[in-house]
Amino acid sequence: MTDGRPPIGVIVFPGSNDDGDAVLALASLGADPKPVWHADPELPDVAAVVLPGGFSYGDYLRCGAIARFAPVMGAVSRFAAKGGLVFGICNGFQVLCEAGLLPGTLRPNASLSFVCRDSALTVERTDTPFTSRCRPHQHLTIPVKHGEGCYFASGELLARLEANRQIVLRYDDNPNGSIGDVAAVVSEGGNVFGLMPHPEHAVDPLLGSADGSLILGSLVDAARERALVAA
Amino acid sequence: MRATVLVRPKPGILDPQGEAVESSLRQLGFAVEGARIGRVVDLELEDGDPAQARQELERMCEELLANPLIESYEITVGPT
Repeated sequence: MTDGRPPIGVIVFPGSNDDGDAVLALASLGADPKPVWHADPELPDVAAVVLPGGFSYGDYLRCGAIARFAPVMGAVSRFAAKGGLVFGICNGFQVLCEAGLLPGTLRPNASLSFVCRDSALTVERTDTPFTSRCRPHQHLTIPVKHGEGCYFASGELLARLEANRQIVLRYDDNPNGSIGDVAAVVSEGGNVFGLMPHPEHAVDPLLGSADGSLILGSLVDAARERALVAA
Repeated sequence: MRATVLVRPKPGILDPQGEAVESSLRQLGFAVEGARIGRVVDLELEDGDPAQARQELERMCEELLANPLIESYEITVGPT
């Protein structure tokens, strides 16, 4: 760790387009972001990994379906299996669902329209490494921009997610038809997280909201703790 | 050897594309009561045992071509 700045990997797939913003946001929040190329078979020494937004592999077949076969995804899966912090934004969330690291799947928006606007969210739990800076039931404003963000889980799976408290953020104004207003879920183990809204686009009041820094800042805090323990 | 995989949204899964097409067909005056949209994958396989090919195709569907959470699939192994 350099000067208390935890190293956080940001995966770059062909077609990722929010990796640059993720790097900027993480750096502004005190992390040491490290871009990681999709073809790398191993991760560098990092305390967390971010899968950014974009259109990996052109969204061919299904969003995220091809990206999960990228060489680096084997390393990401092993990192997650060891309890490593993995954070997927938008397309990154879709990739984590396709890879089976998060439950459920993301489908075309019910409206069939691409939505690009601020979304109002409620924090369902603050005892995760991704929401520790939030207050219970806090309302956040973070933009969404996606065509396929309609979260789907079968009734049985949704009941299990509710029972395990795996739904971390919900939309106040569901923009895409997601079941249960789900905007973000966490894995059963609590270390893999995916959300459709883009916290990296909301880290400066100049851009309309800085609420994204509560989410990404929580990740940086958790990564710093882990980097200290490992050191 | 040729094979075709049909991937369909499972019953009960919301299919907004199908709904949009259904309503457009109705606007054109067709008496349509439902439309569901899936995907066709035509494959050209190396010649070999069709039964074994079918097994491979099952794996292709489970691992990549379909998302078993929301999609069903149908495999046809055809004569060239």
